[in-house]
Amino acid sequence: MALKSRREFLKAAGFAGASIAGAAATPAAAAPKNILSENRSGVLVDTTVCIGCRQCEYACLGAHELPQPPLQSLEDRSVFETKRRPDHRALTVVNAYDHGDEAGEPTHVKVQCMHCDRPACVSACIVGALTKEENGAVVWDSDKCIGCRYCMVACPFQIPAFEYGEALRPDIVKCDFCHDRTRDEGLPACVEACPVEALTFGERHELVKAAHQHIDEHPERYEAHLYGEHEVGGTSWLYLAERPHSDYGFPRLGHAPAPGVSESIQHGIFKYFIPPVLFYALLGGFMWVTKDRHHGEDE
Amino acid sequence: MDIAMKPVPIPRKYFTPGVLLLCLLALNGLVFLAGRFLFGIGAVTNLDNQFPWGIWIGIDVAAGVALAAGGFTTAALGHVMHRVDYHAVVRPALLTAMLGYTFVALGVAIDIGRYYYIWHPLFMWNGNSALFEVGICVTTYVTVLYIEFLPIVTERFIGRVNLRGALAGLNRRIDALLRLLHRALDKTMFIFIIAGVVLSCLHQSSLGTLMILAGPKIHPLWQTPISPLLFLLSAIAVGFPMVIFESLLASRSLGIKPEMHVLSRLGAFIGPFLGIYLAFKIGDMVIRETYVYLSTVTTESVMFVIELVLGVIIPLRLFLSRAVLRSPIGLFIGSSLVVLGVLLNRINCFVIAYSPPYAEHTYHPSFGEISVTVGFVAILVLLYRLFVLNFPIISLPDSKSARAAKYSIRGQSI
Repeated sequence: MALKSRREFLKAAGFAGASIAGAAATPAAAAPKNILSENRSGVLVDTTVCIGCRQCEYACLGAHELPQPPLQSLEDRSVFETKRRPDHRALTVVNAYDHGDEAGEPTHVKVQCMHCDRPACVSACIVGALTKEENGAVVWDSDKCIGCRYCMVACPFQIPAFEYGEALRPDIVKCDFCHDRTRDEGLPACVEACPVEALTFGERHELVKAAHQHIDEHPERYEAHLYGEHEVGGTSWLYLAERPHSDYGFPRLGHAPAPGVSESIQHGIFKYFIPPVLFYALLGGFMWVTKDRHHGEDE
Repeated sequence: MDIAMKPVPIPRKYFTPGVLLLCLLALNGLVFLAGRFLFGIGAVTNLDNQFPWGIWIGIDVAAGVALAAGGFTTAALGHVMHRVDYHAVVRPALLTAMLGYTFVALGVAIDIGRYYYIWHPLFMWNGNSALFEVGICVTTYVTVLYIEFLPIVTERFIGRVNLRGALAGLNRRIDALLRLLHRALDKTMFIFIIAGVVLSCLHQSSLGTLMILAGPKIHPLWQTPISPLLFLLSAIAVGFPMVIFESLLASRSLGIKPEMHVLSRLGAFIGPFLGIYLAFKIGDMVIRETYVYLSTVTTESVMFVIELVLGVIIPLRLFLSRAVLRSPIGLFIGSSLVVLGVLLNRINCFVIAYSPPYAEHTYHPSFGEISVTVGFVAILVLLYRLFVLNFPIISLPDSKSARAAKYSIRGQSI
């Protein structure tokens, strides 16, 4: 390619630079809603209380208009023979862990989205279809989602599920903290259904306080760790347990929020679009300087 | 340069036994692709809630982007640094990049569940998402590549617009339009060339940021905060080997003498590039003390060693040898190893290194997934051949090319 004059070059290069810089004003507003409100809600799960009746599973299916099995099937304990995961047919499942403890009763652990305070999925979502709401819920917007499944890759708890059998409009499926109910002071369907009060709904900071009180008052009953208080920056769902949480299938995770490193790299590279624009200018300058050296040789 | 080289359409028959084989592979891929659209992703792939990404992302997208890096590295060398002696390889590399990125976009489109929403990221932004950055950059870069390719199209048709029948009256006008477009592109092309280099550096590195978010799900051998830098360095290192690899393959397939004088000098860059990449890769391993994972034999440790030794260390040694740089077979083996190394690295980063906390099994690509990936590669090669037979892409010595060009214009109907 031949450059006619330096002035022309500068004019065009300046225009290109300006148009890139013009886009720089928008990215700040380009992040999805990610609110960390002071009085966000949470649920405290006391796994030492849970009896594995699976009423929560049943209520959840009803609240989300998913097909429910016959009510009697809840008494069938054979489902506990395998460790189940939430999927597109069930947003929450209860698993049983038998460690041969003296009482002989297995420990039951309810699994669902943890509703992280710094959610990896919200950071990941290419279109901002996942948001962290005022009340602590991490919810998914079907109108935006393109089905790329990066949220599933990002989630440290392996929670979001995808409708692989759906050809036309597959959904990302996960617990939504019954956002329709909890938004207006209601209880999540699972909490409402629990007959033994293993699930306590409330403001997260109060639940944390209460949990530590439980631990302090009954050190023989509880492992001195509240899972979810600090894991990946904290989660809305908090778990008390008798043994180390890793015995009940909880992943060992650090305290750093999952999106920390990737977001700081991402924002470092694009700080006010300065690095890309500088790089553009640098290359342009280099091109300008070298062009005369080979003048006439060009095609 | 001793002999002037000029890009010309290569006068060859399109169909050969090899081309027919590629057609079969393409067809097989398309059959499975139809299955994906009719019955959903689960019907064709082995993907599930444990392993949401497979080889369609690892190979078609991640490796595809890396292996199309020849486009921006040669553009930087030939145009930004004005090393006109390398112009013979710029067009073939540009074609590869254009086709490569087109198939990356297609790869994304078939892998996402709601392919008809593929335009959403253009309007629904999430600046925190590395995937958003990759998406926007790749979209823009594909457009830039098409613009960079346009002069080849105008050059091919200027003075040769020959519509028949009722449309014959338009010939002069189309020709004038082409000439105008050609002049406008000629004056502004440097904007796009620089933009292409900047965009490439941005998204090549952002691809490396993607898996950082997956945290402990990625094996420590690959989970490093300098992953974006490693992705960028390896993309730069694989650019020229890919150009050499293709150039030698194309020469062989089309019965042309390989342009060794250009390729050898291009090969001389590869050693230092691989050296820099290797230094960062080893340095990262030493600083994070991840070499401890190499003391046990696991899929991860074996794959890591293969990737590093076969894909980086051996070709590094090869490209530092003058004898290798001078021989076509030496160049071909060295380049193939680098290409294989980067391919393995991307598969490792996106597929092998990924282990979810509640894995009940490991992921193996299904026959359907492999078929679609192979089919895409086959279609890409078929299109490449179609382009070099009909457009001035590959350079031939000028005296001979004058005749060849005339022959090809008269002899072929487009």
